[in-house]
Amino acid sequence: MQKSLHIDPNKCTGCLQCEMACSWENHRSFTIAKSRIKVFSFHEAARFVPYTCTQCDEAWCMMACPTEAIKLDPVTGAKIVLDPTCVGCKVCTIACPFGTINYVASSGKVQKCDLCGGAPACAKACPTGAITFVDADWTGLEKMRQWADKTDTNPATV
Amino acid sequence: MAWTKKVLRVNLTAGTCTTEPLNQQWAQDYLGQRGLATKYLCTEIDPKVDPLAEGNKLIFVTGPLTGTMAATGGRYSVVTKGPLTGAIACSNSGGYFGAELKFAGWDMVIFEGRSTKPVYLLIIDGKAELLDASHLWGKTTWHTEETIKKAHQDPQIRVASIGRAGESGVMYAAIVNDLHRAAGRSGVGAVMGSKNLKAVAVRGTLTDAYQVANPEAFFTAVDAGKAVLAANGVTGVGLPTYGTQVLMNIINELGALPSYNHREAQFEGANAIGGEAMHEKRPTDGKPNLVKNGACFGCTIACGRISRMDPNHFSVKDKPQYHGASGGVEYEAAWALGAANGVSDLEALTYANFLCNEDGYDPISFGATVGAAMELYDLGILTEAEVGLKLTWGSAEALVKLAEWTAVGEGFGKIIGLGSKRLCAKYGRPELSMTVKGQEFPAYDGRGLQGMGLEYATSNRGACHVRGYMVSPEVLGIPVKMEPQATEGKPAMLKAFQDLTAVVDSAGICLFTTFAWGLQDIQPQIQAACEGDWSEERLLLVGERIWNLEREFNLGAGLSKKDDTLPPRLLTEPIKTGPQKGAVCHLDKMLPEYYEVRGWSAEGVPTPATRTRLSL
Repeated sequence: MQKSLHIDPNKCTGCLQCEMACSWENHRSFTIAKSRIKVFSFHEAARFVPYTCTQCDEAWCMMACPTEAIKLDPVTGAKIVLDPTCVGCKVCTIACPFGTINYVASSGKVQKCDLCGGAPACAKACPTGAITFVDADWTGLEKMRQWADKTDTNPATV
Repeated sequence: MAWTKKVLRVNLTAGTCTTEPLNQQWAQDYLGQRGLATKYLCTEIDPKVDPLAEGNKLIFVTGPLTGTMAATGGRYSVVTKGPLTGAIACSNSGGYFGAELKFAGWDMVIFEGRSTKPVYLLIIDGKAELLDASHLWGKTTWHTEETIKKAHQDPQIRVASIGRAGESGVMYAAIVNDLHRAAGRSGVGAVMGSKNLKAVAVRGTLTDAYQVANPEAFFTAVDAGKAVLAANGVTGVGLPTYGTQVLMNIINELGALPSYNHREAQFEGANAIGGEAMHEKRPTDGKPNLVKNGACFGCTIACGRISRMDPNHFSVKDKPQYHGASGGVEYEAAWALGAANGVSDLEALTYANFLCNEDGYDPISFGATVGAAMELYDLGILTEAEVGLKLTWGSAEALVKLAEWTAVGEGFGKIIGLGSKRLCAKYGRPELSMTVKGQEFPAYDGRGLQGMGLEYATSNRGACHVRGYMVSPEVLGIPVKMEPQATEGKPAMLKAFQDLTAVVDSAGICLFTTFAWGLQDIQPQIQAACEGDWSEERLLLVGERIWNLEREFNLGAGLSKKDDTLPPRLLTEPIKTGPQKGAVCHLDKMLPEYYEVRGWSAEGVPTPATRTRLSL
């Protein structure tokens, strides 16, 4: 079964443990500037929203890459950047509609979420369950459950 | 290693920024953050210096766990000589700023001298420069943060700044970072203002600035610590749900919630301003005050309150800029803005709290000073003509007006900005000031909780609850239950709490972890992050060393045993009603014993033997 990252912004408190975990996984540093997942704070709306690559099926970054440096991992479904092949042309960063693939000046390559090979560090680090790693076919399950809970099987006894 | 081993020295007089290596012996002796900056400050300034003069220094400092995945590892402190007290000031803040400073490669920034014109410091990794802040002077912290981010086209810059309170010399002005986190107490913002330093802006992207010494052991310790926080009733449920406001009703029911400038020890309006009330739907618009809880950097507790006001409340009716969500009242702010003055209008408290954040001043000292002014008004010493409004107990209108005036140093706000001690002295009633060493009490009555009374009297930064939180044993039973009115064993327990707190602060983590964590949970995290052998015994010795060094600074500044006291109201006026009825603080019983367990002389001076034992 393929799994995907599932994000529930309502549960996010903005602690950035996910960003540190991502940076640690990929750079052996806690520097959140190197994270592939970002938590956005919409201050006046009191919302924290973690955001990262959704692993498009027909991934625009992969299509756009002129050197075929982005490959599909058939097990996880992740689109993975192959560092030795990437020439840092940044065409993928233009092609991606969501901004989730970005250039890293210090390496001269691009980076994006690769689902950590199937065990995402961000989901493991999240203390509130805002980021989970679930059945890719059932990311809507929790929302369905919540609505299901609201159904009234014994209506209108007014 | 967990320190970046780099110090940034900024000479504001000369306009220079220079890099120097961290004194690593001092890091071994004082750990980091509060302790390490105290060592630098005590070495570099004359303790007798006028806090607002050029000779004072202002240090922003991180700890070895700041900017790591240790839960709550995002704290920084600002250390200086405080204008409110004339004692050492160390104000601790969360948010994201501290970690960013570490990511940029700095353990600390030392500001010295005074700029001739307003400036702000911009740090981008290893590069630091002073930039003109003329266009920011006279602006709020919120405006300042937004303007700096825009100017450098980088929304990921973190900013710590002063508002108009810090510029106009409010004696308890704060330094605000990330919009609503603050190095709040003791007037560190006034020192920043006196140096013409408007803001510190930082962006850190380095991956090799520091490292934990033993990653495998670090993650084992950190994960275990997080599990303890999650499983604990206070840190796992109470704080995320109600924030520190979980305490309002508990302390009130215990009869230790000072109100009306400590005339009373219970507040009839406590229910209306506590944590539960923030969840209730308002009758006016059907929405609760609290929108959600928020975390500081790396914090798995997330006690922060994020509130949205009733847009029809009189204080913000025609001010849409306050209709969005922002930092709501924590327990201390709700107490000081509310119970201390008899105000039970949660919306008015929230608005005053927004202003405290926006213009950078401490809601505890502000609220408590308003309480003192209301008592002076009640006694007929202050008049409506003098103040410019009716200053009656419980008046939300008066609170709101005074908050607006104090923010900008207007009218009677100028006097309120002096703090309770100077206010009461000015009107000939110094005994009505509810302060120790010039700093206002926080939200626990030192008569109702004997250990807190001793804690206030001996705190190195004046009255304060986060120097040795005796509420833990006296109310919550952590680590053992002690009866509120008992005096036996309190001096020794207080010493243990004071030393442990110095360790927690100096590591760069949040004191609130200690509702769940003991030293046995913290030590493995420090041990794994830092080079060297950090046993529990050594850490407590470091904590004790820090406490004694702060004490020596204060003695050098001219403070002495006579300042380790409480206002006469707490020593001689018994609590009138409630469970603690009849109580006064028995400081006379506890203080001599406290000096003894500290290894100090009867005059409160560390003995030569103590100095030797602590390598001072």
